[in-house]
Amino acid sequence: MLKFVVRRLLSAIPTLLILIALAFCLIRLAPGGPFDGEKQLPPEIEANLRAAYHLDEPLYRQFGRYMANLARGDFGPSFQYRDFSVTELIRSGFPVSLKLGGLAMLLALLIGVTAGSVAALRQNSLIDHGVMTTAMIGISIPNFVVAPLLILVFAVGLRWLPAGGLGDGSPRHLVLPVIALALPQVAYIARLTRGSMIEVLRSPFIRTARAQGLSMRRIMVLHALKPTLLPVVSYLGPATAAVVTGSVVIEQIFGVPGLGRYFVQGALNRDYTLVMGVVVFYGTLIIVFNFLVDLIYGWLDPRVRP
Amino acid sequence: MNAPAHPTTGRSLWRDAWTVLRRNRAAVTALVILVVLTVVVVVAPWFSGHSIDATDWDHISVPPSWTGGHWFGTDGLGRDLFVRTLHGGRVSLLVGIVATLVSLVIGVTYGAISGYAGGRVDQVMMRIVDILYALPFMFLVILLMVFFGRSIVLIFVAIGAINWLDMARIVRGQALSLKNREFIEAARAGGVSPARIIRRHVVPNLLGVVVIYITLTIPQVILVESFLSFLGLGVQEPMTSWGALVNEGAQEMENAPWMLIFPALFLTITLFCFNFVGDGLRDALDPRDRGAAS
Amino acid sequence: MPDGFALPCRLGIVATVLLLTGCGGESDPRSAVGIGGQTGQELAADQTLHVGNYAEPQTLDPHRAEGVPASNILRDLYEGLTSEAPDGAVVPGVAASWEVSADGRVYTFRLRDDARWSNGDPVTAEDFVYGFRRTVNPATLSHYSSILEPIDNAAAIIAGEQPPETLGVEAVDAHTLVIRLTGPTPYLPGLLNHSTTYPVHRRSVEEHGNRFARPGQLIGNGAYRLAEWNVQSHIKLVRNEHYWDDKATTIDTVFYYPIENQDTELKRFRADELDITNDIPYQQLNWIRENLGSDLVVSAYLGSYYFGYNVTRPPFKGNAKLRRALSLAVDRDIITERITNAGEIPAYGWVPPVTGYPPAEPEWAGWTQAERNAEARQLYAQAGYSAERPLTVEILYNTSENHKRTSVAIASMWKETLGVETKLLNQEWKVFLDTRRRKETTEVFRAGWIGDYNDAFSFSQLMHSANEMNHAGYASPAYDALIDSAASEQNTDVRAAILARAEAQLLEDMPIIPVYFYVSKHLVKQWVGGRRPNIMDHHYTKNFYILEH
Repeated sequence: MLKFVVRRLLSAIPTLLILIALAFCLIRLAPGGPFDGEKQLPPEIEANLRAAYHLDEPLYRQFGRYMANLARGDFGPSFQYRDFSVTELIRSGFPVSLKLGGLAMLLALLIGVTAGSVAALRQNSLIDHGVMTTAMIGISIPNFVVAPLLILVFAVGLRWLPAGGLGDGSPRHLVLPVIALALPQVAYIARLTRGSMIEVLRSPFIRTARAQGLSMRRIMVLHALKPTLLPVVSYLGPATAAVVTGSVVIEQIFGVPGLGRYFVQGALNRDYTLVMGVVVFYGTLIIVFNFLVDLIYGWLDPRVRP
Repeated sequence: MNAPAHPTTGRSLWRDAWTVLRRNRAAVTALVILVVLTVVVVVAPWFSGHSIDATDWDHISVPPSWTGGHWFGTDGLGRDLFVRTLHGGRVSLLVGIVATLVSLVIGVTYGAISGYAGGRVDQVMMRIVDILYALPFMFLVILLMVFFGRSIVLIFVAIGAINWLDMARIVRGQALSLKNREFIEAARAGGVSPARIIRRHVVPNLLGVVVIYITLTIPQVILVESFLSFLGLGVQEPMTSWGALVNEGAQEMENAPWMLIFPALFLTITLFCFNFVGDGLRDALDPRDRGAAS
Repeated sequence: MPDGFALPCRLGIVATVLLLTGCGGESDPRSAVGIGGQTGQELAADQTLHVGNYAEPQTLDPHRAEGVPASNILRDLYEGLTSEAPDGAVVPGVAASWEVSADGRVYTFRLRDDARWSNGDPVTAEDFVYGFRRTVNPATLSHYSSILEPIDNAAAIIAGEQPPETLGVEAVDAHTLVIRLTGPTPYLPGLLNHSTTYPVHRRSVEEHGNRFARPGQLIGNGAYRLAEWNVQSHIKLVRNEHYWDDKATTIDTVFYYPIENQDTELKRFRADELDITNDIPYQQLNWIRENLGSDLVVSAYLGSYYFGYNVTRPPFKGNAKLRRALSLAVDRDIITERITNAGEIPAYGWVPPVTGYPPAEPEWAGWTQAERNAEARQLYAQAGYSAERPLTVEILYNTSENHKRTSVAIASMWKETLGVETKLLNQEWKVFLDTRRRKETTEVFRAGWIGDYNDAFSFSQLMHSANEMNHAGYASPAYDALIDSAASEQNTDVRAAILARAEAQLLEDMPIIPVYFYVSKHLVKQWVGGRRPNIMDHHYTKNFYILEH
């Protein structure tokens, strides 16, 4: 087991290195630079800026410098947020995204697995069709429509909840963004659960259990749920990594200070260090979550235990 | 894989699928709606008296009316929304299909080669997939928009070109399990070249997965396009897409609700139908592989 | 700003030229507005203001900052030699009074002796000298230092040719400051409330280096001090009890929120989470007029919205007739009434209405659109185009709903009037800037310019062939000569007349299509008092108060 863990972690290092190199080159290929603005800088000022951020060096030197700093855990200074380092920006943004995304995933998991299981047990019934239709609506409406609608109804109209921001950090501010984030996830998870559950229920060992007269509830909890969750877990890995690193749509519409907008802003503003920071952070999370998925997989399904 | 243990031709597979699918009323209804929708979107704009870019300064943001000639109302520049919604449908469906096909071709080829070759080659090829997986999709999409900003088709070829990872993984898995089957080994023993084996035996056996993948990926790509429109990076005016129209409409949901409702209805129904057909096909073709494709 | 990413530097200076000469008397802005008594309303117990501020400021270091969001906050955190009244008039700031030499090149400022930093230290002339030198010092990496180029030696210091100590700013004693200029600069007092001229607290800057501008470290001399900076969430300022005029300050706490999405901002305003918005969504203007009409505050704003021709390439190179034809065929009334519709002024010239400047309107400004269209058709035919041989042209604009709508409208007008086939090209902001600057593929491009100071020169100089921002590539020796002579002219009236002649020359050559002059648009809650619209759209929280509601 330990050997497996170490091997997996070691094998992640070259993946990350190539990832960093790739992102580093891609963002610098984009036309325009971090200092382009509506007000064109006088050439001597721009030259000063480029020198100060070492952008006047050859690319390989810049990359070497970046990697050396990264090895010390320093993502470098942001070009756009000149008073903050990228490390600080990630440190302040990630907890917010993690809280919102984590809650949303938890909510989605609870509702999705329950709804999916119920639908599977009553396959082709009215409940099944109802659940699945609702789930599909959740996938089919873009969240930039759902989110303003939620604000309009619950914040502007009913005045039950705040319209945006995190305010003093009270849970009231989290409700709407968490719901908007969770909605499509509920839909995906419900569909996955239903499909997987139907298959498990058809399998010989469940049929045997039923023939032995075990109660359906007992079968569900003791036998059916674990194998049912396999595809859900493999979906959850990358999906959670994506959700906890923030959603630009949700953050923009609700004015939430998460990480998601940095992927877009960083790329659009050519804030090289910022976008590199979040890309590396995201890549690491993906690798970690996929690793966790494998571990959970092993626990759920003894056949693939490493 | 539920496919028969013998090499199948596409035709018999389609016949099997059709038989099962026909029994799934929801899927059949969805399929019919999709076909009708596609025909309407392609044909109907020719019969409308309005053009996609004609502005009418005296009829800005007018609500829908049958007598006024603007069945879906007009937008903030006085352009007819009926024509724009249908034109937008052409673009949305086109980008969905183009991107999906591109990702399909790359994904199937890549996955089949990787799975069939196995060993070192497989390891390296899958490691590349891992790396691409770890790059945030949004980052890549924005960069592509920046690079290919002039052409929506190029963008979606590009989106297809980064969206093939799931397909490659699925196909590889299938290819791995197929390649040790008797009929493949027989073909190999008979001196058939690997390329030919992949083309003649491995790929046809994957058709089931592929069809499901297509129906579930098209709606995803259409959503990606709408997300790009949200960021303001969508199609060039005066062209439009459902995503762009929905985004414009969402900003005016209170004062001009028709600008949101009509395109949103078209978008939602289409995505809905694709998903229903996809689920139906999955039930019909591939009961055991549920989930892997989403 | 209405244009999304486009933030034409609205950095600001109001130099009401007429006010320059006699600035002695102190004015208390509040006495003009009248708290409580006059309106018969009581002040609210909770004096906390919530302001939508568009975007996160890049920095709160006044010398490295740029853009409107940062300037808005810096006006509360710092105070320059001069300040502005609620109506935008230049009033004394840290300088209680000043004198100008006869040739207009030497300004002597007398600083008030009760000015204090937020830690209680006195603000001295040395602090200003340190600040000015820091701005022009290349090592500071100021993006906006070139605005100080009217000061002696500033240009050479910025270029790294001379040490910062040679700058023409000198502290005669603790409360006397002398600024020497390269030429008469009538807008100087207005320039002196720009953030690049703010003093900084030397000790804290030297201690914390370039990252002093953070809560707990930033020491300012304005009416407020920095309490919290939560990136992408809010910036919180609380009153600075050491500020010399603190007793006249009413608002205790002000929150600035970076909200880029105007629709979100509107919703938060409606949910009473914001007292003042940064902007309003154009698309919902009619809805806002009907439902929030009494909160809507629209006023003239010192900016010009225009499209430019790339005059360095065909078809527009050396083709003034075609340029005139296309410009005449644009119906400004439709654009300002049907598309923007917030009260923008149709523009036929380049310089927006500024104090003390006679605008150079072309003859066709007074025509009807039908007459303009007829003339446009004639010019179009003379330029060699016709229905059989139409012009095909591309309009480049950056991603924004408003630019998109305006570009679509112009394309539609050209097609209708002249039969021009227009292709629209929308590019992401940085790509757009890059394309526009290269002048290689561009034909027609969208642009906007917000004046840095309330003087025609802020606009005139933009079309000089040596200006980096002259994206049209317009290079007219006659125009350049006029601008150069205006820069050294001492008589303000003569100077204005020269600038007007330059503008007339520009409109004759027509390298641009003026479309409209901007307005600023805000939603302001009824209970916010002391706020007056002004052409620079500069506001100071210390002048505001919140009424009981």
